[in-house]
Amino acid sequence: MNRLKKFIYILPAAMLCTGCTAVEAPSTESAAPHHEEVQVDESLIVVGFSQVGAESDWRNAHTESIKAALTPENGFYLIFEDAQQKQENQTKAVRNFILQEVDYIVLSPIVESGWDAVLQEAKDAGIPVILDDRLADVDEDLYTCWLGTNAEREGEMAGHWLEEYLEDAGRDQETIHMVTLQGTLGATAQIGRTNGFSKVLKEHKNWEMMEMMEGDFTQAKGQEVMEELLDKYEDIDVVICENDNMAFGAVDAIKPAERTCGPEGEITIISFDAVQAAFDAMIAGDINATFECNPLHGPKLAEILKTLAEGGEVDKISYMEETYFDTTMDLESIRETRAY
Amino acid sequence: MSSLKKLTQKRLFLPVFSMILVMLINVVYDVACGNAPFTFFTITIKNGVLYGRLIDILNRGTEAAILAIGMTLVVSSSAGTDISVGSVMSLYGGMCCMLLAGYGNTNVSNYAVPLIVGIGAGLLTACVCGLFNGFLVAYMNIQPMVATLILWSAGRAIGLLLCNSQIVYVRVPSFQKIGAYVGFMPTPIIIAAICILIASLVLKFTALGTYIQSVGINKKASRIAGFNSAKIILLCYVICGLCAGLAGMVATSRIYSADTNNIGLNMELDAILAVALGGNSLGGGKFNLAGSLIGAYTIQAIDTTLLALGVSTAQSPVFKAIVVILIVVIQSEPAKDFFKKLGKKRAMAKGATQA
Repeated sequence: MNRLKKFIYILPAAMLCTGCTAVEAPSTESAAPHHEEVQVDESLIVVGFSQVGAESDWRNAHTESIKAALTPENGFYLIFEDAQQKQENQTKAVRNFILQEVDYIVLSPIVESGWDAVLQEAKDAGIPVILDDRLADVDEDLYTCWLGTNAEREGEMAGHWLEEYLEDAGRDQETIHMVTLQGTLGATAQIGRTNGFSKVLKEHKNWEMMEMMEGDFTQAKGQEVMEELLDKYEDIDVVICENDNMAFGAVDAIKPAERTCGPEGEITIISFDAVQAAFDAMIAGDINATFECNPLHGPKLAEILKTLAEGGEVDKISYMEETYFDTTMDLESIRETRAY
Repeated sequence: MSSLKKLTQKRLFLPVFSMILVMLINVVYDVACGNAPFTFFTITIKNGVLYGRLIDILNRGTEAAILAIGMTLVVSSSAGTDISVGSVMSLYGGMCCMLLAGYGNTNVSNYAVPLIVGIGAGLLTACVCGLFNGFLVAYMNIQPMVATLILWSAGRAIGLLLCNSQIVYVRVPSFQKIGAYVGFMPTPIIIAAICILIASLVLKFTALGTYIQSVGINKKASRIAGFNSAKIILLCYVICGLCAGLAGMVATSRIYSADTNNIGLNMELDAILAVALGGNSLGGGKFNLAGSLIGAYTIQAIDTTLLALGVSTAQSPVFKAIVVILIVVIQSEPAKDFFKKLGKKRAMAKGATQA
């Protein structure tokens, strides 16, 4: 017992000591970047990239694409920092990039708010910041440009696809009953996809959007909400799912409820993202179409950086090229070529 | 009159009453919509499986009910809550799917190891988590919330590591069956029934329940009376871990994937709420398992009702909170006293008019 007591006294003392060394640590840390800088070939463009994390296939494909495009062969030296889905890690990474005196900072902000201070620091240091994938809620002059996907255009594209699909089926005159499984309300993808589709919806008097319910972008919630909608409405013709996971949940809800879905069934399912599993679902005949949210930002990002390095001007907002996939295509062979 | 009084004084009266109240909202809504008044309660067989709102509640309430069993024991014995259960659920998912799919694979339609190995390893992991929590609480005397906070934050992270930060899909029918149907019956309902049956049998035919309550009421006195208090608390946490594993099994099989970021998210709060709604004191001691279970299904009934009423999922927590506050207030001591006084006054007024 006595020994234990002694140990309890020693413990805080030991912690204090380690605390002391921790105070000294920053000086060695700030010295380290200089070391790294020496190794870099002068002609290369040094880019610091702070990624959100590795939470999904999409994110991994995004990371891989950027790593593959910003190679020394292409004239870049990439410093990659994975933030493990924490904003403080991203802030730290950006500050490190500033200390390391990189030429450009590429940032995929995990959330939109809280970037003013650190981006101001980057601006004061004279380092241009390029926002990638998601936007940051800051003054426009704090970043050079933004590269991302256009969720609104994805929504519109889905609307036009449905238009054609119904026309081919000879159903363009009858009333079409629809429901939407929305993503987490307020997310960029949710707002864009809802607005985009609504634009096309307004053009058609015979399309009736009966209800839009939130499905949190998850499969479990998508299934629960879809069960509820099936219970409420007997005559659903089209389900718009704002991501693939919710579409999988919707399919799981439709099957036990004596309904059929997919190209052969009564309910048409439209989805977004186009992940691998969505291809499997389309091949199985459960989902009609999925609209891509393109993660392969690398080449376009490299192009923007090159232009900037040569002193050129770039658009404030650049969008990725995006496409869609439906069951009329040769899905097996497309799936082979997909990176995610 | 006296039989009514007897009924209202039963311990389970208030939890059951709250549940009926929630159900009544649906009857009112159905009437208002012009449906048959008992649309909510109709159970039909569609496509060879049971179908209806009540079945939905029983089915979706499975996870909360199973968690409530373990949580009740933990609350009773240690006067604290195990807040790691949601994370342990997701850890089960990560472990089980990682083994079934093989590390690094994200989408498989064949098992890499037999199903039973995956489930067994998952449940074992959950038990180890319970053992860890229990050890910290019972032998290290760390406050339960602090001790379980460790796995609350780490559990999900370990799950992510196991799954290589991916959502791992296991598309094998026998795996999906646990979260789908056996014959006409949703499998989760059967699993919940088995868990409840085993728990109540153990509590009824062994002295375990009495031990747990006595440790919860006074740990020192129980030790002096000859119980190994620490061991009993440890056992409660292991049971709680196992329950979290079982709940995770259902949740994982429902979506046949290890969505580590979302499985069991905030479920610990539902489980604790279920215990409180069941009329149990979170200060430990006497417990009432039936109350907790009714509490768990009441929470699900509220959720299902809100969905049926068309309240958006973004706003439903507000309504849920209002209903929960009402239920808790009705069950509180001052409210009980107030109703008692009201009853007495009425009886006196009656007596006066009769005289």
